[in-house]
Amino acid sequence: MAENNAAGEKDSVTGRHTTGHEWDGLKELNTPLPKWWFWTFVATVVWGIGYAIAYPSVPWINTYFPGVLGYSQRNVVTAEVKALEAQRAGVMQKLKAVPLEEVKKDEALYVVAMTAGRVTFAENCRACHGAGGEGRPGYPALAGDAWIWGGKLADIQQSIVYGIRSAHPETRMSQMPKFGADGILKAEEIDQVSDYVMVFYRPGAPALPGAAKGETVYAENCAVCHGDKGEGKRELGAPALRSSVHLYGDTRAAVRAQIVNPKQGVMPAWNARLDEATIRAVTLYVHGLGGGE
Amino acid sequence: MAKTEDQATMSKIGKPPLPAPDEGIPASEVQLYANRVRVYPRAVHGIARNIKWAILILCLAVYYITPWIRWDRGEGRPNQAILLDMSHERFYIFGLTYWPDDIYLLTGALILAAVGLFLVTSLAGRIWCGYACPQTVWTDLFMWVERLIEGDRNARMKRDAGPATLDKAWRKVAKHAAWVGIAFWTGGAWIMYYVDAPSVTVQFWTGQASREVYFFTGLFTVFTYVLAGWAREQVCTYMCPWPRFQASMLDEQSFIVTYQKWRGEPRGKGRRDAEGLVGGQKLGDCIDCNACVNVCPTGIDIRDGVQLACINCGLCVDACNEIMTKAGRPKWLILWDTLARQDAKAAGRHERIHLLRPRTLIYVTALLLATSVMGAALAMRSHVNLAVLHDRAPLFVKVRDGSIRNAYTLKVSNKTDAPASFALVLGGLQGGSMALSDEAERPVPALNLDVPRDAIGTFRVLVYGAPARLADGSMNVSFTLRNTATGESTEVSSVFMGPPK
Repeated sequence: MAENNAAGEKDSVTGRHTTGHEWDGLKELNTPLPKWWFWTFVATVVWGIGYAIAYPSVPWINTYFPGVLGYSQRNVVTAEVKALEAQRAGVMQKLKAVPLEEVKKDEALYVVAMTAGRVTFAENCRACHGAGGEGRPGYPALAGDAWIWGGKLADIQQSIVYGIRSAHPETRMSQMPKFGADGILKAEEIDQVSDYVMVFYRPGAPALPGAAKGETVYAENCAVCHGDKGEGKRELGAPALRSSVHLYGDTRAAVRAQIVNPKQGVMPAWNARLDEATIRAVTLYVHGLGGGE
Repeated sequence: MAKTEDQATMSKIGKPPLPAPDEGIPASEVQLYANRVRVYPRAVHGIARNIKWAILILCLAVYYITPWIRWDRGEGRPNQAILLDMSHERFYIFGLTYWPDDIYLLTGALILAAVGLFLVTSLAGRIWCGYACPQTVWTDLFMWVERLIEGDRNARMKRDAGPATLDKAWRKVAKHAAWVGIAFWTGGAWIMYYVDAPSVTVQFWTGQASREVYFFTGLFTVFTYVLAGWAREQVCTYMCPWPRFQASMLDEQSFIVTYQKWRGEPRGKGRRDAEGLVGGQKLGDCIDCNACVNVCPTGIDIRDGVQLACINCGLCVDACNEIMTKAGRPKWLILWDTLARQDAKAAGRHERIHLLRPRTLIYVTALLLATSVMGAALAMRSHVNLAVLHDRAPLFVKVRDGSIRNAYTLKVSNKTDAPASFALVLGGLQGGSMALSDEAERPVPALNLDVPRDAIGTFRVLVYGAPARLADGSMNVSFTLRNTATGESTEVSSVFMGPPK
C-alpha cells in the first residue's frame, strides 16, 4: 500500500516509524490499520454505490435519478393510504349504522370516531370556529354551552349536514328583521330597546335610562323570537339574550348595530363535502368539546 | 537497539501504553495497513484458567437459565421473572414492574455499572475484560470447541499450514457447525428476555413467532458467530472503546498482570545452575520459551509491559508457572502485581499495597452515593402518577351563566397490581367544580376516577369557576389525586385561566 519516503524515519522515543505525515513539526506514528478494517470501509463504499443505483439518488435539474428498483416514497404512501382506507371501511360502516347516542358505549368505535372527528375538525372547521372550538365574534363557540340551534347530537349533526343559511334547501334558516335599515323602528325606539337588552346582558348592573321604555318595544317586536325573558328560541334559531355569551359582542354598541342592520352568518352545508360517517364522527367530536347536551 | 533515555522514561509507570517498537523492519517495508496475525492460543492449566472456567460456566448458566425462571404476578400478567416487555412498555424484574417513566432507574443502574467498573479496574486492572466480558466468555467457549475438534495450538497450526485434506475438511465443517449451533442458542436465549420463553420456543419452531423474533435471533446468531469465532481479539484491540481509555483508570498501584523484568532478565535458554549461570553467563529466570505468548488469547507478549491489547486474564501466569516448575525455578515470574511494587522490588526495596488511595476512594464514594440515590429512588418510587395538561386552545371558555370553564387532560398512572379508584380534588379555586367532558353531568367539587391495574387512564376534566379576580388572566390551582385503597396521593399544580379582571 502507500509508501512514503519520510515513512522511513524512526521516532527516537518509541522506536516506531512515522507515517510521514507532519503538522507543524508534529509527526504521526505509524500504527497500521488492520486490512480487514480497510476492506470493511471499501465494502461500505461499494454498498453505497449499489444503493445509489438501486434507489432514487442523484438529483437532476428538474427531476432525479429514480433508481433501477423503481422505488418511490409517494407510491408507498399511496398504497399505505389505500390499505388504511380498506382497513377502516368496516369501522366507518359501523359508525354509519350505530345510532349516535350508542357510539360511546362501544369504546373502540368511540376512539375511532373521536380521532376521525378531531382530524376532520382541524381540516374543515377550525378556520372559523377555532382550533379548540373556542369561536370568535360572528362564529359561535362550540366548546361552550351556548347553542343557538341546540347542543344535542342530533342538533349538531343537522347543523353540519345542512348548514345555516346555506344554499341547501333543507338548511337551518333564521332571519332577524333589519329594524333600523328597513325603518321598522324609530332610532329612539332602537336606543330604548338596546338599553333594555343590556339588562339581560349584565344582570345586576344599574339599568340604562331607556330600559323602562325599551321593555315595551321589546315585548312588541323582539319577544316573539327571543322570548319574554330573553331566553331565546332554539327552534327558530333565535339566540338567548339572557346569557353571558353573545355571538356579535357584549357591548351596547354591538347590540344596537345588530338591531339596526343585523349580521347574518352563514355556515355551508357539509353533506356535499364530507361523507356520512365522517360527519357523524365530527358531530361526536364537537359534542365532546365540552358543551354537548 | 539501545534504549534511549527518553524511551526509559516513557516506559515508566503511569504513562499510556505504547505499541512495541518496530524492531528490525527495514524502512522500505513499513506498511500503513497490517495483515491480521492469526492467534493460535495453546491450552493451559492453572489457577487463572480455573477461575476463568468457573466464571465462564456461571455467566453462561445465568444467561441461558434466567429467562426460564418463573415468577407469579397473578392472572393475566406475565409470569417470567425477568422480562423486558418492549411491546407493552413494561420491564418486569422479579417483584418490580418498571414503566417507561422509570427509565431514570436504568440510567442509575448504568452509572452504577460504570463506576463499579472504574473501581474494579483501578484496583485490579482489566479483570472485567479478562474474565466476565461476553466477548471473552464466548470466545473462550468457542476456543474450547475448536480445541476439542481441531486439537491444540501445534496441531491446528500444522493443519492450517498443510494441504487440503479430508481430515482438515471435516474438522473445519464440524467446528463451524458447532459454532453456529452455539451462536444460534445464544441468539435464541437473547430473544427470551423480551418475550415469554416457553411460548416463544414453541412459536419459533412452529413458524408462529413474530418477524422480530426471527430477525433478532438471526442477528445475534450471526454476530455471536462472527465475533467469537472470527473476530476474537480484533474486537478487543480495534473495536472496543474500553481499552482506549482504561489507561486513565489504571495507576502504578493497580494490580495488573506483570512480568517481573528484574527477575526474568536477561532472558535466555538453558538450564541455570545453582548461581543462575548458563555457560558461565549470568541469566535471569526467563528461559525465553514463549509459553506466555503462545497461551495469550490476544497474541501479545506480556514481557513488553502493560499494553492496550492485554485483557488481564492471567493465562500467561499459569503458563509461566508450569514452565518455572519444570525448570526448577520459583513460580510467579509473571504474576498480578502493581507497577510501584515492581519498581521497589527491582531496587531491592519492599513496597506496601495501597488499596486506599484518592482514586479508589473517589470511586467508592461515587459508588456509595449512586447506590444510595438509586436505593432511595427505588424505595420512594411512586405508584400513582398524575400528569396535568391544560388545553392549549381554547385557554378558557365563557359559559352562559358567566363563569369560566378551563379544560385539562389528566393522565393517571396506576402502577399497582390492583384496579384503583382515585379521588380527584381541586384546590386553589374558590367554589370551583369539575366534570368529565364525555359525561354530561353536573359539575361536582370532587371526581372519582377509575383506572385498571398497571394502566394509564386519560381523562378530560372540565373545571368551572368564577374567580373574583384574575390578575394576569391566570391563577394557580392544584389537583390532588388519592388512591382510595392505598391512600397514596400526589399533587400537581396547574393554572386556571380567564379574561383578566
